[in-house]
Amino acid sequence: MSIDKDTVRKVAHLARIAEPEQRLEPLAAELSGILDWIEQLNEVDIDGVEAMASTVDVTLPMRDDALQDGPTGGGQPENVTANAPKSEDNFFVVPKVVE
Amino acid sequence: MTDLTDLSLAQLRDALKAKDASSLDATEAYLSRIEKAGDLNAFITVAADKARAMAKASDEKLAKGKGGPLEGVPLGVKDLFCTEDVLTTAGSHILDGFEPKYESTVTRNLWRDGGVCLGKLNLDEFAMGSSNETSFYGPVVNPWRATGSDAKLTPGGSSGGSSASVAARLCAGATATDTGGSIRQPAAFTATVGVKPTYGRVSRWGVVAFASSLDQAGPVARDVRDAAIMLKSMAGHDPKDSTSVNVAVPDYEAALGASLKGLKIGVPKEYRVDGMPAEIETLWRSGVDWMKDAGCEIVDISLPMTKYALPVYYIVAPAEASSNLARYDGVKYGHRAEEYDDILSMYENTRAEGFGDEVKRRILIGTYVLSAGYYDAYYLRAQKVRKRIFDEFVSAFEKVDLILTPSAPSAAFELGAKTADPVQMYLNDVFTVTANLAGLPGASVPAGLDKDGLPLGLQLLAKPFAEETLFKGMYALEQAAGFDATPDEWWA
Repeated sequence: MSIDKDTVRKVAHLARIAEPEQRLEPLAAELSGILDWIEQLNEVDIDGVEAMASTVDVTLPMRDDALQDGPTGGGQPENVTANAPKSEDNFFVVPKVVE
Repeated sequence: MTDLTDLSLAQLRDALKAKDASSLDATEAYLSRIEKAGDLNAFITVAADKARAMAKASDEKLAKGKGGPLEGVPLGVKDLFCTEDVLTTAGSHILDGFEPKYESTVTRNLWRDGGVCLGKLNLDEFAMGSSNETSFYGPVVNPWRATGSDAKLTPGGSSGGSSASVAARLCAGATATDTGGSIRQPAAFTATVGVKPTYGRVSRWGVVAFASSLDQAGPVARDVRDAAIMLKSMAGHDPKDSTSVNVAVPDYEAALGASLKGLKIGVPKEYRVDGMPAEIETLWRSGVDWMKDAGCEIVDISLPMTKYALPVYYIVAPAEASSNLARYDGVKYGHRAEEYDDILSMYENTRAEGFGDEVKRRILIGTYVLSAGYYDAYYLRAQKVRKRIFDEFVSAFEKVDLILTPSAPSAAFELGAKTADPVQMYLNDVFTVTANLAGLPGASVPAGLDKDGLPLGLQLLAKPFAEETLFKGMYALEQAAGFDATPDEWWA
């Protein structure tokens, strides 16, 4: 199942990566090469096989509904925003999203 | 006095405890070697001041006869582990300037036990690569060279900085991570010992995520004992990682030297690829003989699903990566594009500038296989084939205790040799990737040199949480191989 230029354009948009028009054709070729190689999975009989998302056979643990200490705790907006490329008064600054 | 950097981690630990050496002297000796080894490009950040401060604190504890199991031992950290107030890049431009406000659980555990942080080690961008060539900071160069050649070789990837720095004695041991072979293949390429523990053995909290169902941290070390010491400190249950498993961490070092009598070693006939050098096949057979001599019973096994492991991996890993890497949007940390018109173009331009080609390729593949209309054909099918690979190992481990294979299908290759074709590069992980898909512990142990004088490794795989058996087997391999070659110090 090869993928074409238009599909690459669509997927790049979904992935929020700007790809210049001249890159779409070479990318389609590269990605098709990888997907063609992956096609061999069609040989495998998967009838009645359960899909496996994790190898750990445990149910996810529940945590107490309480404020944590340390880095996963609250009350530290300055730490949360410390690495933001743009911030003001401990808020993230982004281009206007609502008119 | 002997050069402190010549000592193994275990020897240095003992010398420090016995007050025959100081951590500050050891730290200065390593910092000076790091400074001279710029040609290897193994470090992204050298944390000299932090290292000296930690070493002094360790010396104070050691003077009082106190300190943890790693007290005063200088270590390197793969730059995928978040370190508080120390630049953490994941080898990517998109994390420019990122200084986490928290410490990953693994590094926190190492510092708790007395380890000294020398700095952050180079890696493939977001750990996506098998040669260290996708790093924004340029490739790491393998300390090993082929006899009579000065061609630059890859130290493997993605943990190339970890493998090269341990091989070149720029640290006493290093942390690394393994999603498809990123600890074991670099270990094989540099004659170091690399251990990927059972999925869930080591906390992933604070490790920059690549593929969450496959990622697992482990050590790269000079020998099996050093790896056992490091893993003991790194491992353990962590409530902050919901996939971290709450089982006791054994003393792996205590397992070394235990008798292997009666242990069953599986040898899977499918662990061969076209064009694999005959020397690897020969070394593998030697490994089988060594295990037999150690009292093991050899069992021929078949793992016919092996050939499907890499294609499964190249659906599952990019799918998880495309989701994990959605967080790099120019808002919370790292790089933001200068030019944009609105929020959408800010995201698109930031990510176009910040990610390298291989990372983009994998995000696009991942987005594609998860997109409407293709999910069942690719992602769901891959998850089902993954289950079949897992089941095949479960059956095999009903008959055997360990599985012995080569670590990689070749020795270290020249930088640039495999960058043109992504699939050729992916094939490096053909022997290692199965352990990630099945969540098994695996390790590479240096076992010999090829005709060009380059190191080759053998891999052992064990049942989930059977790291003690794994270490027993690794130690026996190490003893039998008697590998003691070191690279010429052309870089110093």
